Amino acid sequence: MTGFLKSREAILAGAILALLIGVASRFPAFVAPANLANVFNDTAPLIILALGQMVVIVTRCIDLSVAANLALTGMIVAMINTAVPGLPIPLILAIALSLGAMMGLVNGLLVWKLDIPPIVVTLGTMTIYRGIIFVISGGEWINAHEMSDSFKAFPRASFLGLPVLSWIAIVCVVAFLLLISRTPLGRAFFAVGGNPHAAVYTGIDVGSTQCAAFVLSGMLAGLTGYLWVARYAVAYVDIAGGFELEVVAACVIGGISIAGGVGSVGGALMGALFLGIVKNALPVINISPFWQLAISGSAIIIAVAFNAASSRTKGRVILKKAEHAI
Amino acid sequence: MTVTSLDPQTLGRVLPNRLKSPVRRFLTSWELLLLVVAVMVFITNSFASPYFLDPWNLSDATFNFTEKAMIAFAMGLLIISGEIDLSVASIIALASTAMGAAVQMGADTPTLVLVGLTVGLLCGAFNGFLVTGMGLPSIVVTIGTMSLFRGISYIVLGDKAYTGYPSDFAFFGQGYVGWVISFEMVLFAALAVIFAILLHATNFGRMVYAIGNNPVGSLFSGIRVPRVKFTLFLLTGLMSGVAAICLTSRLGATRPSIAFGWELEVVTMVVLGGVNILGGSGSIPGVVIAAFVMGMVTFGFGLLNVPGIVMSIFIGLLLILVIALPRLVGRYLARRKA
Repeated sequence: MTGFLKSREAILAGAILALLIGVASRFPAFVAPANLANVFNDTAPLIILALGQMVVIVTRCIDLSVAANLALTGMIVAMINTAVPGLPIPLILAIALSLGAMMGLVNGLLVWKLDIPPIVVTLGTMTIYRGIIFVISGGEWINAHEMSDSFKAFPRASFLGLPVLSWIAIVCVVAFLLLISRTPLGRAFFAVGGNPHAAVYTGIDVGSTQCAAFVLSGMLAGLTGYLWVARYAVAYVDIAGGFELEVVAACVIGGISIAGGVGSVGGALMGALFLGIVKNALPVINISPFWQLAISGSAIIIAVAFNAASSRTKGRVILKKAEHAI
Repeated sequence: MTVTSLDPQTLGRVLPNRLKSPVRRFLTSWELLLLVVAVMVFITNSFASPYFLDPWNLSDATFNFTEKAMIAFAMGLLIISGEIDLSVASIIALASTAMGAAVQMGADTPTLVLVGLTVGLLCGAFNGFLVTGMGLPSIVVTIGTMSLFRGISYIVLGDKAYTGYPSDFAFFGQGYVGWVISFEMVLFAALAVIFAILLHATNFGRMVYAIGNNPVGSLFSGIRVPRVKFTLFLLTGLMSGVAAICLTSRLGATRPSIAFGWELEVVTMVVLGGVNILGGSGSIPGVVIAAFVMGMVTFGFGLLNVPGIVMSIFIGLLLILVIALPRLVGRYLARRKA
């Protein structure tokens, strides 16, 4: 199994490398270290969210509310900042994390306690969270001049040559590597996704594990909410609109099986990087940014087809069609 | 659907009790509950705004749901069979863009209709092929095609718009058949009858239920599961094409953001209509009443000057409540029995 995953990640790494070489052959400046650092920084929010989405998908759920959660948390912290400009950054980070976690908890409880399919829950909360932004902000924008300087400076501050935003993404990746491979909860995510019945017999509570995944995903969305609003120095109803699809796309491209139980931190990271590089390369090779949506759509379809093709051999031949049908 | 959390034991599919008389069955049905809600919404609205009961206003109100309901009929069948199509709104965008492009080449109205329906069918066939031909989960496939189809519209149109539709094309979305009865309303009613017959009175309809309840069992009882599902995706694509024609005709212009977010409202309508999101049960009359309820609620809010995005909170809440309430009530009843 590990060998297979490794090879899958190797293919993805190869694709990213080929992409970089392709772009570099015409525009060598694109692969300059400084520019690559920029691309990484630009992709950092996607990486952070893809990590949270990964654990949710691994437990056989899906979280479509992440972008709305991000926007709502971003709006709330921006409003707090305009009301109390002197609030220290650690406190703002704590508020963002707990707000996001609370919204994730709402999703998780609905899935856990009421057995509502995750897709329905998060489609619903997605519109509800977006709507709440409109209600609390009255449709107004919060602009750069209304935010305090320290609030805006945090994600851009440079530390050891990289912006704090990039460092947070790196810390998240390391934290998730440890969570997945070194903690009972990390193993529980895979157990629940791989075989819920077996998980129950081994003493793992399926519902609460799924709820924990939603809380994690919500927490990261909240964190990204603050970083996003501070980085772009603006908060309004529609920020990160449709970003949830990009996050799901990153996971699917990263080889995380939508049927649950299969996935890795490296996959989520590389899926996000792949999309990030495409996004940043488009203007460089002079293609209209309007292509972005169609490209990520095609990437999702190709990736999911690829995932299915590589796991198909497992099916019994006589039931092959039947298993498709399910 | 593959991404549902999935313990058959805990979810327990409730089989309808066929031993009760049809009258008693109706009295305890979801459809009756919905009907009561619809009447209540209607009465509340007429008290809330003096303009509500005007026949022309009521006729305008139907435009709030007719186009979405056309897709919801086909989506209902698809969800009963255990699949889902989240790309319907993007199919509308692509079909509308294709029609807009055809207009630029000087196409007349019959050609435009043909273009709209063909693009809808092709998109449905593409979804259907990926799901049944390649065995991919419909939820991811249609999230992908949702980006892809609308993405193509964005590539073609960018920040521009197509206008200049021929004047007789306006009939589909703006025409009236007689007095306050719009063409869309007639089409909606006709499609409701067709889909009700298809689901409730044909072999095909029984197959759809059978597949939703047990795809493997259906296959072994001789139902060509992939073919039925492929047909349902085709049908959903076709209905999206029909809705695209009506919507484009009503708006008279095509932007790539046309019908944005409709997939959510269509799914809400289907689920509100009593279709089990996990497949296996549901009815067309339920979806029809749900369409009326949603249309009347949004129209009532509109008359009270509630902004659209606040209405979307309501729709989101409705979607969750509609599924949560029966489970809560069922759990409460079970506890009282014990």
